[in-house]
Amino acid sequence: MSQKVNELKDTLVARLSSAKDMTEVETIRVEYLGKNGLITGLLKGMKDLSIEEKKEFGGKVNELKNEAGELILKKQEELKAEEIKKELEKMPEIDVSIPLDLKRGSYHPITLVQRELEKIFKTMGFNVEDYSEVVTDYECFESLNIPKHHPARDMQDTYYLTNGQLLKSQTSAAQNAIYKKYKEALFNEGKPIKAIFPGRCFRNEATDACHENTFFQMEGVMVDKDISISNLIFFMKKMLSEVFKKDIKVRLRPGFFPFVEPGFELDISCLICGGEGCPSCKHSGWLELCPCGMIHPEVLKAGGIDPDEYTGFAFGLGLTRLAMMKYGVKDIRDLNSGSLKSLAQFTFDE
Amino acid sequence: MLLSMNWISDFVDLSGLDKLKLINQFSLSTAEVENEIFFKGSDISGIVVAQIMEVNDHPDSKKLHLLKVDAGDNKLTDVVCGAPNVRVGMKTAFAKVGAKIGEIEIAPRALAGYTSFGMCCSEKELGMSDDNSGIMDLPLDLPNGKDLKEIYEIEDIIFEVDNKSLTNRPDLWGHYGIAREFAALSGRPLKEIPTVDLTKFESLPKVDMKIEDPLCLRYSCIQVENITKNVSPQNMKIRLFYCGMRSINLLADLTNYLMLEMGQPMHAFDSRTVEKIRIKRFEDKFSFTTLDGVERDIDENTLMICNDNTPVAIAGIMGGLDSEIKEDTTRLTLESATFDSVSVRKSTVRLGHRTDASQRYEKSLDPEMTVPAIGRFLNLLLEIDPSVKVVSALTDEYAKKYDTVNLTFDKAFVDKYTGIEISKETILKTLISLGFKAECENDTFSVTVPSFRATKDVTMKADIIEEITRIYGYDNFDVNTAMAPLYPVRADIEKQNEDNIKDILVKKYSLHELHSYVWTYNDEYKALGIEVEDNIRLLNATNPNIETIRKSIIPTQLCQVKVNTGYAPEFGVFEIGRVVEGLDENNLCIEKKKLAVTLFSKEKDVPALYLHLRDIIATLCDDLKHKTVTFKTEEATHSYEHIKNLNGIYVDGVRLGCMGIVHPTVSKKIDKKASIVFMEMDVKEFAELKNESIAYTEPSRFPEMEIDLTFISEKYEPIGEAIKNQNCDLIKKVTVTGTYEDEAGKSITVRILFSHNDRTLTREEVMEIANKIIEELSKNNIPLKS
Repeated sequence: MSQKVNELKDTLVARLSSAKDMTEVETIRVEYLGKNGLITGLLKGMKDLSIEEKKEFGGKVNELKNEAGELILKKQEELKAEEIKKELEKMPEIDVSIPLDLKRGSYHPITLVQRELEKIFKTMGFNVEDYSEVVTDYECFESLNIPKHHPARDMQDTYYLTNGQLLKSQTSAAQNAIYKKYKEALFNEGKPIKAIFPGRCFRNEATDACHENTFFQMEGVMVDKDISISNLIFFMKKMLSEVFKKDIKVRLRPGFFPFVEPGFELDISCLICGGEGCPSCKHSGWLELCPCGMIHPEVLKAGGIDPDEYTGFAFGLGLTRLAMMKYGVKDIRDLNSGSLKSLAQFTFDE
Repeated sequence: MLLSMNWISDFVDLSGLDKLKLINQFSLSTAEVENEIFFKGSDISGIVVAQIMEVNDHPDSKKLHLLKVDAGDNKLTDVVCGAPNVRVGMKTAFAKVGAKIGEIEIAPRALAGYTSFGMCCSEKELGMSDDNSGIMDLPLDLPNGKDLKEIYEIEDIIFEVDNKSLTNRPDLWGHYGIAREFAALSGRPLKEIPTVDLTKFESLPKVDMKIEDPLCLRYSCIQVENITKNVSPQNMKIRLFYCGMRSINLLADLTNYLMLEMGQPMHAFDSRTVEKIRIKRFEDKFSFTTLDGVERDIDENTLMICNDNTPVAIAGIMGGLDSEIKEDTTRLTLESATFDSVSVRKSTVRLGHRTDASQRYEKSLDPEMTVPAIGRFLNLLLEIDPSVKVVSALTDEYAKKYDTVNLTFDKAFVDKYTGIEISKETILKTLISLGFKAECENDTFSVTVPSFRATKDVTMKADIIEEITRIYGYDNFDVNTAMAPLYPVRADIEKQNEDNIKDILVKKYSLHELHSYVWTYNDEYKALGIEVEDNIRLLNATNPNIETIRKSIIPTQLCQVKVNTGYAPEFGVFEIGRVVEGLDENNLCIEKKKLAVTLFSKEKDVPALYLHLRDIIATLCDDLKHKTVTFKTEEATHSYEHIKNLNGIYVDGVRLGCMGIVHPTVSKKIDKKASIVFMEMDVKEFAELKNESIAYTEPSRFPEMEIDLTFISEKYEPIGEAIKNQNCDLIKKVTVTGTYEDEAGKSITVRILFSHNDRTLTREEVMEIANKIIEELSKNNIPLKS
């Protein structure tokens, strides 16, 4: 009998070693260890044995049962390890060097430059104001001390509409409304008027690489008691140093704009050569950047503010020009072209 | 305007000062000077007076002559010369061997077999004029060998001021006014302009002259005769040339010289054709030939100078051909006048003809200048040609005088406006040097504005600040921050929403922000089959393609999509821009700020793209306002809208705009196969929606219960309504888990989640609610799918 036990063990070992996968091992397990399996089957021939023999043989069969269980488990573990190994090997090397395609959206470059400036002005306590594009003659000219026959009002410069309104030719068209909006707080709470107003402006002119009939400006005003020319220069210098992220030298020259007195043209030291003189600044070392000045008393008056009590300064920045300078856009028409080949590049909001 | 440093120095002694530094100071304090400064004559040396002693023909050349010249060095020099005007005895400009003209150094040079030891020069060769007709013909009294630079003002510093920076300064349109600025900047005195005392002609008869129109502010004139000279002095010719004008003849040169010196345009008429000067306008249109030979149309608004009823000049712009000074003119009438600046400007624009004179009149010239200008003119004329006789009294009608501007202000005002301390003495000195009358008593300044600044430029206290500060120098300012009280700045919700909308569209949905124009593009619309809808128009568009203001951004955006069809198989664009929705009751434009989005895809079908667009809109409403958007079907009314699936966008019952599918006619013209959908909504209305705050609810600790119900229905909307109508707070969430299509029609499966905060729900109570929903829907012919 014990020979049978040994034979059975040998066949099991042989069978297991040739088994190729888990299903085969499972079949073997059922065949040997199942309810009616071969090992249990050994016990069926025991009825003719003596008690002593039964005891001995039963012990051997049990031993075989345990041994078989271990052998099968071992085989199963081996197979599992092999499977994991195969799976690991199966994983291909992924080529991370293939070109990226992030499908990113994009901002209009004007939005990017505008946001950058707005951020700077907000840190200095300025309100950001929005204003309409269609305005009245009063808003665009009359309230800004631009008399009836001033050349700026000529048809060749301004787009007039058939109802007598016009497309604003300068962001200054918002000044009057802004003074009226904030003057009560100025009078009653002593809260200075500090506002910037970016916006789209229109000039009736032929377009080319440097000229557009539709472009963006940003204007700012500050009104309080005792605002002086000295304050204006200080502010412009600090603000522009922030815009260009480096210490900027500024210089003021007299400039004539009807809504300021005195009016200035502000030059900054050339950003390319630092003032040494280069082709970008036509060898002068200076770049003409923005008009500014002390708000004209008549303009304050039109806004309901007494110029004897309050003074203020105003300045203008060419947003379109700044965007072109910043990104090196050479043809101004690209900005309104709608062409994604140009405009989809501005994916980044700094 | 080109300016001569020599000319300026006639009126202010700048000797010993750095001229370039002064010019730079002028640029910073007065008006912008162009970068390029010309050092005239600095590259010329060794040019002397020489007399031609012998002229022999060249044996092999008809043009060339062999000369012997005496250059004052006790010998005769051989020169080969090709000028046509050589003659024995004439004196000319001679460049000796070793002389320099620009880059060229004169050396002995062989010309057609003979050696020339020097060169006789024309005015053009020396840069003194553009006359190259022959070598210079110099006065015989000049000594041979004398350096030409010691005789004539060949050396000069010429700088250019941008005319645009002089628009508000009528006084700076002549050298005398510029000299006044240099005097103020340098602290040197300004000399008076030499003139002739006109009172001595008082006994002579007056010119028959009358102003018959208020557009003429002042008219002054005088008559002279017996002019014997025709050519201007060399120095005058050089100055005119350096300042951009050509010498014509003495009279023309003198009027130009006066204009460049004092800024006062002058005109000379032949007294035979102009006997009765009348200044007026004509009611009927006519044509008039100006002295440049051009026939011009004159209308009822153009002021004319007339001989009685015959027009002889366009006032302030140009004289007429018929009254021009002729060869045989013996007596002439000299005009010095002031006209209304606006009228001159308008006539200039109308005629399309801008002249040096009109350019000055446009700036509001000082009428006080007319008489001194005549005095200066006669001073120059008599100096050049002493035989000239004045034959009339000064005839002067001063129709409109500007008011004298007197201003008073305190020192405190100056301190406040400037923010720095400028002494009383500096203020007074500055104002006086600029021609103001100024005095100061107890810190109060009384200032009288000179007439040449009072025509429009300086009218109030703030103008005085500019005068003080610009001469003080902005570079010299001590700069300080403003001392303003500190207040928090509240962000504008509309602006904030706008930024957020852009961020969501760019970052979450990868859309591209574009800008388009505020008007329709008629040609592009037509090409896409989009109708240009009538709206307010531009009155003066130079391009008929852009005449109408847009009512919606969508059509302009579709034009832009068309440009980009090759960019990618799928993309979306957006713009926050303006439209005009007609006029309000006050005839003012109803301007709206809109967000427009267009999605283009060759990959998604229309329903998928449309639902994607719906999700974008819903995300904006949810992310920025915590609101749920709803849609209502609308009737298509625009040429670019598909007749189906146009949906109004609603939040809180407010219609924000609409979304739709592009009409197949338009869509196919953009791209044959692509799906294109659009939406447009009002940004202001959106911003005004109340932001729903977060309503926190404690999560239930008891198990939730879900049931799935499938209904046969085309749309979800009635099912959603029926669930909502139960008004049951046990329903926590409703989702659609699937839609099927079979012979029974379209069916929709909804999963309803129930829960109770305080206890476990029973199957029975949940089924009761479900049954009510089923019951309500079956009444509306929406059966439960068995």
